[in-house]
Amino acid sequence: MSGGIQIPPAPHPVPAGYEPAFFPERQGGAGAAGGPEEPRTRIVVVGHVDHGKSTLIGRLLADTGSLPEGKLEAAEKASREEGMPFEYAFLLDALLEEQAQNITIDTTRIGFRHEGQSFEIIDAPGHREFIKNMVTGAAAAEEAILLIDAKEGCREQTRRHGLLLSLLGVSQVIVAVNKMDLVDWEEARYRQLEREIREYLGGLKISPREVIPISAREGATVMRRDSKNLGWWKGPTLLEALMIGRAKKTADSEGPLRFSVQDVYRFDERRVVAGKLESGRIRVGDPVVFFPDRKTSRVKTIEAWGEEKAILEVGEGRCVAVTLEEQIFVERGHVGSLPEHPPVESREVRARIFWLDSEPLRLQSPVQLRLGTQSVEARLVAIDRVVDAEKLEAASEAREEVGRFEVAEVRLRCRRPLVYDAHDVVAATGRFALQRGPRIGGGGIITSAEYPASLARAVTGEHLTWTEGRVSQEARAGHFGHEGAIIWLTGLSGSGKSTIAVALESLLFRRGIGCTILDGDNLRHGLCADLGFSLEDRAENIRRAGEVAKVMAESGLVVISSLISPFRKDREAVRNSCHAAGLSFSEVYIDAPMEACEKRDPRGLYRKARNGEIRGFTGIDSPYETPEHPDMILHTAKESVEDSVGRLLHHVLALVQLKEEDRESAGGPGGQI
Amino acid sequence: MSYLQHLEDQSIYIFREAFANFKNIAMPWSMGKDSNTLIWLAKKAFAGKIPFPLVHIDTTYEFPEMLAFREWARKHYEIDLIVIINEEARKRGVGYETHDPVTVTHELKSAALQQSLGKYKWDALVTGIRRDEDSTRAKERYFSPRTADNEWEYRDQPPEFWGQFTTAVKPGEHVRVQPLLDWTELDVWEYVRREGIPIPKMYFAQNGRRYRSLGCWPITKSIESSVETLEGIVAELKTTKTSERAGRAQDHHERNAMQKLRAKGFL
Repeated sequence: MSGGIQIPPAPHPVPAGYEPAFFPERQGGAGAAGGPEEPRTRIVVVGHVDHGKSTLIGRLLADTGSLPEGKLEAAEKASREEGMPFEYAFLLDALLEEQAQNITIDTTRIGFRHEGQSFEIIDAPGHREFIKNMVTGAAAAEEAILLIDAKEGCREQTRRHGLLLSLLGVSQVIVAVNKMDLVDWEEARYRQLEREIREYLGGLKISPREVIPISAREGATVMRRDSKNLGWWKGPTLLEALMIGRAKKTADSEGPLRFSVQDVYRFDERRVVAGKLESGRIRVGDPVVFFPDRKTSRVKTIEAWGEEKAILEVGEGRCVAVTLEEQIFVERGHVGSLPEHPPVESREVRARIFWLDSEPLRLQSPVQLRLGTQSVEARLVAIDRVVDAEKLEAASEAREEVGRFEVAEVRLRCRRPLVYDAHDVVAATGRFALQRGPRIGGGGIITSAEYPASLARAVTGEHLTWTEGRVSQEARAGHFGHEGAIIWLTGLSGSGKSTIAVALESLLFRRGIGCTILDGDNLRHGLCADLGFSLEDRAENIRRAGEVAKVMAESGLVVISSLISPFRKDREAVRNSCHAAGLSFSEVYIDAPMEACEKRDPRGLYRKARNGEIRGFTGIDSPYETPEHPDMILHTAKESVEDSVGRLLHHVLALVQLKEEDRESAGGPGGQI
Repeated sequence: MSYLQHLEDQSIYIFREAFANFKNIAMPWSMGKDSNTLIWLAKKAFAGKIPFPLVHIDTTYEFPEMLAFREWARKHYEIDLIVIINEEARKRGVGYETHDPVTVTHELKSAALQQSLGKYKWDALVTGIRRDEDSTRAKERYFSPRTADNEWEYRDQPPEFWGQFTTAVKPGEHVRVQPLLDWTELDVWEYVRREGIPIPKMYFAQNGRRYRSLGCWPITKSIESSVETLEGIVAELKTTKTSERAGRAQDHHERNAMQKLRAKGFL
């Protein structure tokens, strides 16, 4: 332990009644439209290991005069001590290991300013081992510089980084073909690489803003032109391209309101809902529907601690805290939206994911899906394709897992409803992280979403939550040996729905499949006894039948519903609701001509309707809307009951039976179907 | 949206995520400009009430004005303040008079913090560190896990993207939550100016010198400056080529001193 230091004289005491420096002439607070500061762009530098990322950044800092005094000299001294030629990389690689091995392990951020613009450069490691750090860096960027070694050309990480940029939503890309000095400044080599990289990035729907030949070590076309060696290059320097990009950037138009609730604070008499405006704008007085409970309240106030004036409106990207008019139940993970543009609420997610963890993500293994402030347990239920970063083609063989650094198109099923958007509709609520154990292992963007045509009536003022059971749908399927599903028979009265339903039920049952019939008439004796035959009541009747069918199918049964269900809109609503719950739904149209049905008239209803004893009878004085895209049509007037039921049985079995491998992985009994 | 506004919102988001995910948070607080910016942001994040304690690690080498500021702020902001002194090390005679700055900093700051982590069982500490202060801080995460020994495993940091942070810790471990990570020194001053945040007077020139960064008085040097206003500080920073912590002796005691200090728990 070395000794002490030369101590300066002790500072003077402070007199009593101390007050700090105050600034009554403040600049205007958060309400101010724009700060006094310069615009700033975050740029990530990516590319294969050793293609010169750190050197380029060092060069940018040195040329723009952005290095603190003595920093360059200190780095030169350090490289002499290490017995190496000076590297600009020493300016950035701060960790001892980085300096010793001459590689970047983790991302560094460093700022520089040039001609009234401000940039933040994120140096991302190019080594395969450190892709998680590259993702961390790139996800924070608005623009990217993709670096290629002119001599080596596109390498594995060049392509992988390109692929990851497309997934991370960084579409503003400048390509720099570096180390031109090593290929004798040859234009032909540059042209060849330019073609190659443009073609590859094109496959990812990235159109690079510029592809620029440079030499970071020599300082060519970074800030200064090199007319001696690169006289043939008429395009911009790298710095010019960065400056122009900033100028061109236009304000993104705001999307629909997505208010991610972070917390609800009750520190005093107020109840404050705090969260982030992932998209859209919130105003005092707006009716906000909170998903997944769908309760609505108007915004009463917007919190304004430290502000001089009341805040009446806040826009995209901001964090806010609001109080509500109605005392509805809201908690962390809820998403507020305006009634006209609701998000999707579903247990099924189709996504393109990337995986970073050394342990692969396997089918059916649980993983925590984190989207905004939501966190739900999910399972990978299907791997549709794994993307080959080399050729951007789908890997041909069927896959059981997504391995480290792989990108795949998958389906995930959540244990409770997730509120989300398709990534191209609202980016912030269309992307998620996947966490296994305490660590984030990957992430993904949501590739498609089925938006509801209209919002079901929202409930207010009740304390409803979603209760989660411990038995998952997958575990149930494993136990019963098949999945639950809804077989929705629709058709005129007398078309043969009940006959088919009864026959199908016994055939399924004999094969060990748990099933039941949901009959429209039976429902009207109990659950729907309060409903008549108006359009509204018919819609409500179908909604209730659909909800009951869903509950039974979720518990593992194959539900055969037998209802006339004359309106497309009502049937579609049930289909969407089932898909949102991650359930199979099959619409089966029982097609028989009106005359045949009336002739059969098993319950004498047509006769009564013709006599005017019944009003609003489908086919007589109320329309039947034929299904536009049924999953199956049974022509009961043309084929025998056995033929119809046989075809239907085949269809249902294909829908609910587990595949061989699912049965093994589910590990339950059953399976003897 | 202005960049400063983006930074404010990001910091508020981080504060709230920390509070929602951890059970027992504390915020080390040193009364400097960054610390006071943190208080201001926390007030905004939690609608005027900071729902966790602030911790001042008193090295016993504090500038008198900083202690006066501490007592003023305690009342002004209605904060729950815990003051910690490593009495054991002081009794052993650890001090700048007899020991080198790296040792004293480690004992009176990092070790003091380590002791109180054991005592109070904090699972998250909100710090005011910024990437532009030092090249190892430049490699930090917003939510940065520390082992039970208060060590930073910088070789294998968890990924962090899209506002999803590391929020799970094993017993004894904690997470450093760093809302100011993306801010620069200039951003802090622009924000102090925009918001009118009260700060110690030592940042302004008296007799031709002012402090740019504040630490223990025996090892903190003032700089030559005649600046007496926030506008002046902003203007001065736009032209300076000296680094912010140039006046902090412990950083420069030996090569890579900061990395060694930080790996062992220094903020």
